[in-house]
Amino acid sequence: MSSFANRDVISVRDFTRKELEELLSHAEEMERVYERGGDDRLSGKILATLFFSPSTRTRLSFESAMHRLGGDVISLGGKEAASTAKGENLADTVRTVEHYCDVIVLRHPKEGAARLAAELTDVPVINAGDGANQHPTQTFLDLYTIMKEKGRIGGLRIGLLGDLKYGRTVHSLAYALALFGAKIHLISPEELRMPSHILEELEQIGAEVEEHRDLEEILPDLDVLYVTRIQREMFPDPEEFERVKGSYKVTRELIEEHARSDLVILHPLPRVDEIEPDVDELPQARYFDQVRNGVIVRMALLDLILGGG
Amino acid sequence: MVALKVKRIEMGTVLDHLPPGTAPQIMRILDIDPTETTLLVAINVESSKMGRKDILKIEGKILSEEEANKVALVAPNATVNIVRDYSVAEKFQVKPPERVEGFLRCPNPNCITNDEREPVDTVFVRESKKPLEYRCRYCERTVREDQIRELIRPS
Ligand SMILES: [Zn+2]
Repeated sequence: MSSFANRDVISVRDFTRKELEELLSHAEEMERVYERGGDDRLSGKILATLFFSPSTRTRLSFESAMHRLGGDVISLGGKEAASTAKGENLADTVRTVEHYCDVIVLRHPKEGAARLAAELTDVPVINAGDGANQHPTQTFLDLYTIMKEKGRIGGLRIGLLGDLKYGRTVHSLAYALALFGAKIHLISPEELRMPSHILEELEQIGAEVEEHRDLEEILPDLDVLYVTRIQREMFPDPEEFERVKGSYKVTRELIEEHARSDLVILHPLPRVDEIEPDVDELPQARYFDQVRNGVIVRMALLDLILGGG
Repeated sequence: MVALKVKRIEMGTVLDHLPPGTAPQIMRILDIDPTETTLLVAINVESSKMGRKDILKIEGKILSEEEANKVALVAPNATVNIVRDYSVAEKFQVKPPERVEGFLRCPNPNCITNDEREPVDTVFVRESKKPLEYRCRYCERTVREDQIRELIRPS
């Protein structure tokens, strides 16, 4: 029996390295299923997507994964979710919806919403983003992409570039990379440094972490460069946003002159202007493969939760 | 040292070495209803160890170790004396609890526990002992020792 069977997926912190390895190896199997165009192992199962804050890509990725495995999808999103959010509370919504489905994928603006939903329902809840807190499946797909591109995670030198202060995905990713024993290089302008409580946490789990202000300097050493965008909506102060937007940029010249040929450049997408479009043609650019891996990892997760692998 | 003229209690709990001014908060943490309990409260009295301190005597109620440990959140050096037949039958130091439920609010305004429409109490899980740190089970925000006093909910 898989340790994921019937399990809630709320925070990366809930998972051990061993469990993450189980997921990654199941994703490898799912890769083959995906290439065959899918199968119907989850036929008869229903996934409900409840999106109280918009993220069309994440929702489509889950829905696509469920369809690829022969399952069905119902969804409450956009205007419906907004009007529900005004009247009914989240607790009542999930206690209703659980009778319509076998698994709930929830995205909600309040931090902790997914944990609360999981406590109130018997069906497994997958967190697809709760405010600025967690987005565990993004981390899973990032790990899978690195594993696939490099064959391992431990021992790699991985650069995390950009908004390390408000960028939710890099906090969870750094935690998971530390679990796997990667060497983490944090590259950001001073104003967007990784918060000290996360640095302390990384230290507690024995991570090797170095901070840098200059990408050019550390780029030649990196195996992986993970780029994040600056999200206006995460900034409490608009002036702060104006000061730092556009403060770092990955250009073709920079990669050609300073990066190794086997560097892997990743980005959770969508991007704004932190990676110039002509980087896309370089062999190092792998961020569109990441999107495909997102479907595969979610297939693996749904299969482990609902089908028992 | 000013002699403290408070009568001895027959049976109950005496909390000593509380930082000055914390006694009212401690009553809230322990959920003590002053209309139903006999209390002797000494606030900001002289102490040879601490300079100033509070003392709280709760008559007729023996606190369990688990209950008393909640006091450690605001009074890490508190000592607990269990009194039976007018004398101290048991004495211990409080230890910060692993889990804190209900009486702290989460400092994160966007946490689901601060949404009044949702039926949820706060739960904080101890993350580290030194420095003392707790993590909100819901939004995963951490709370440090020096923030705790401000987060105690009014009763
Ligand atoms: Zn919280």
